[in-house]
Amino acid sequence: MTDNNVHKDEITGIDTTGHVWDGIRELDNPLPRWWVYVFYACILYGVVYMVLYPSIPLGKTYYKGLQNYSERVNLENELIVAKQAKGEILTLIEKSSLSEIRGNDDLLNFSQAGGRTMFLENCAPCHGTGATGGPGYPNLADDSWLWGGDLDAIYQTIAHGVRWGNDEDSRYSEMPNFGTDEMLEPAEINQVAEFVLSLTNRAGDNDAAAAGKEIFMDNCESCHLPDGSGDKEQGAPALNDHIWLYGGKKDDILSQLNKSKHGQMPAWSARLDEATIKMLTVYVHSLGGGE
Amino acid sequence: MKSDNKNPKNDKDKSTSALGRNSEFAPLYAARERIHPKRVWGMYRKFKWLAMGLLLGMYYIAPWLRWDRGPSAPDQAFLIDMPARRAYFLWIEIWPQEVYYFAGILIIAAFGLFLATALLGRVWCGFTCPQTVWTDLFIWVERIIEGDRSNRIRLDKAPWSVEKIRKRIVKHTIWLLISLFTGGAWIMFFTDAPTLVKDIINLNISGNIILFVGLFSGITYLLAGFAREQVCTYMCPWPRIQASMLDEDSLIVTYERWRGEPRAKPTRDADYDNRGHCIDCNNCVVVCPTGIDIRDGNQLECIGCGLCIDACNNVMDKINLPHGLITYDSVNRSNARAENKVVKYRLFRMRTILYSLLMLVSFVVMFYSLATRNHLEVNVLADRNPLFVTLKNGSIRNGYTFKILNKSTQPRKYILWVENLDGAAINAVGIDTLGNGEILSLSATADAVMAYRIYVKSPRKSLTGENTDYQFHLKEIDMVGEQEEVIYNAIFHGPKR
Repeated sequence: MTDNNVHKDEITGIDTTGHVWDGIRELDNPLPRWWVYVFYACILYGVVYMVLYPSIPLGKTYYKGLQNYSERVNLENELIVAKQAKGEILTLIEKSSLSEIRGNDDLLNFSQAGGRTMFLENCAPCHGTGATGGPGYPNLADDSWLWGGDLDAIYQTIAHGVRWGNDEDSRYSEMPNFGTDEMLEPAEINQVAEFVLSLTNRAGDNDAAAAGKEIFMDNCESCHLPDGSGDKEQGAPALNDHIWLYGGKKDDILSQLNKSKHGQMPAWSARLDEATIKMLTVYVHSLGGGE
Repeated sequence: MKSDNKNPKNDKDKSTSALGRNSEFAPLYAARERIHPKRVWGMYRKFKWLAMGLLLGMYYIAPWLRWDRGPSAPDQAFLIDMPARRAYFLWIEIWPQEVYYFAGILIIAAFGLFLATALLGRVWCGFTCPQTVWTDLFIWVERIIEGDRSNRIRLDKAPWSVEKIRKRIVKHTIWLLISLFTGGAWIMFFTDAPTLVKDIINLNISGNIILFVGLFSGITYLLAGFAREQVCTYMCPWPRIQASMLDEDSLIVTYERWRGEPRAKPTRDADYDNRGHCIDCNNCVVVCPTGIDIRDGNQLECIGCGLCIDACNNVMDKINLPHGLITYDSVNRSNARAENKVVKYRLFRMRTILYSLLMLVSFVVMFYSLATRNHLEVNVLADRNPLFVTLKNGSIRNGYTFKILNKSTQPRKYILWVENLDGAAINAVGIDTLGNGEILSLSATADAVMAYRIYVKSPRKSLTGENTDYQFHLKEIDMVGEQEEVIYNAIFHGPKR
């Protein structure tokens, strides 16, 4: 494979490159002219680009180009434009009452779309992307509400949170630890649990449930109400429905009676602006369970 | 003229010709020789002018036709409105999901092309193809500026001079202007033409317009000015496909070899009894827009324009021989004539009948589906997160995005209810339910899609398992006369039993 092998090909009249593989010689055809021109054009383009646009690093700074082009400035400008475009409707949302927003198709659509984005950003880590929550985190799509499911109640909960120490208006309630604080005997706790199960016709021991009713009326009725339908003023869950925050099996109920668990929710008024909270309120309200 | 190696058939014929070069070793690529077709008069030339006038007229006038569709739609007769996702063809309005009507039109057109080819050979290529029409137009411009064939060849070879530069500048300027008007007219089918022209006159031109006009103008300039017959020979798949539509009874451009051969230069005594009628004047070759010699037989490059027939007939007139040495006729009839017989042209053949039937069937199917299509459609998207929600009383709720497609030009009111789901209730975000929540009143604006968030609640006992089949019924309520109703088969998701 040396250049000594170069010779003129008889048929085409073109020189070979001198490369020979198993007697096969490679013709030294020139590059296609169009290809060469495109190649030159690319080089020219590169030079022009380097002159016009940011291209050469100079230590801590860089050559900025004749166009003074900056992607960062472009983005900032775009954000300003986007903010201005949204500004009008956001102001309108901020000024309108919640029921006004819900009554206006444009505001409702904007709030649902904006609310969903903000929900995914801020709320989904606990309540899930479908707002269906999980054990300990309330499902916002069903029709069972701890603290109320109308627009104002939802707004209040989002703005001031639940058991959030830094907010004076935060919703607050706590269920006593009937077991660990020795307020009830284990047998009594079992009876109360059977009674709670009987509210949804699931009692395994009817005698215990009957005995539990008395204890329930003495200890639980003030928050959960005599029929177990709960009190939204105090965040006391309904015990007579199919929705259970910490599970609805007997073990779950016993555990909650023994030492109760409590969730916390931040007061979002400290982090989000008024319009955003209103959009979130309308969005959560539209998830299907809104009252 | 063409190099011999381009056409394998030729090579076979001439394998022992004077060139003596084995085709196997011929170079793969031969530089293109510019073709300068000579001017010609005759019947086929007239057909070509007529076709060009008609087609260009249609192309430039169509976007300006108006068609009143009321206030909710534009009044341009032919319009493809990309931003609004609508296409308008006279009384027909097509939504994006009905794009199969385009496919239908293309299928009908394809069968039409098959049929025309089986009957008349490459009439599409020779007379109506945009490549042919615009190339013809460009050659016409070229001839007016630079003169006929011999002048153009001389000018090509001449060194650069003021005169040559002047002619070239004038020619290319006119070409570019034609291209610009071609590209400019094309985009008029995609936006309101009068508004567009007004905007352009006021120099209110968007980047989009510059891009697309530039693109289409550039391609016109390139294809009609420079690429020309190379588009037909190398780029277009149709010459390869069309061979399968042709048979011995298709009309094609043929040289009547039995009559023409042996060819020889004309003699003084003009005795054509003992020789072929072809006087080898080469006129059929120099007028050919694809630069072939039709006397080599039917070939891939021939676009069937018939200009060589015109040229030959003019020569036959001069030497007092009958027309038709090159003729637009079937192979069967041509062969029969060689034996002094007359064969009738067979219009009805298996393939022509089949193509006609297929064309008819696709037309009927299209027309039927167009005539009976609904003006109301629904798209229902079931929520996937969550699939279902359990409610306080144990019943199950499913959520949907319910889209109503109102394709009519009037606003409409509807009622929505569900069937086969006992005790189910529906409600929509922002809408009040009627009665016990069994019926929902919805509405849609004219020619628009309305999206609703719909929730369906069902008692658990109505569910047959994880998936329960049921139906949405959406019915128009305010239209006089026929009230369209759409039934959508949905699945209700629930917990495992």
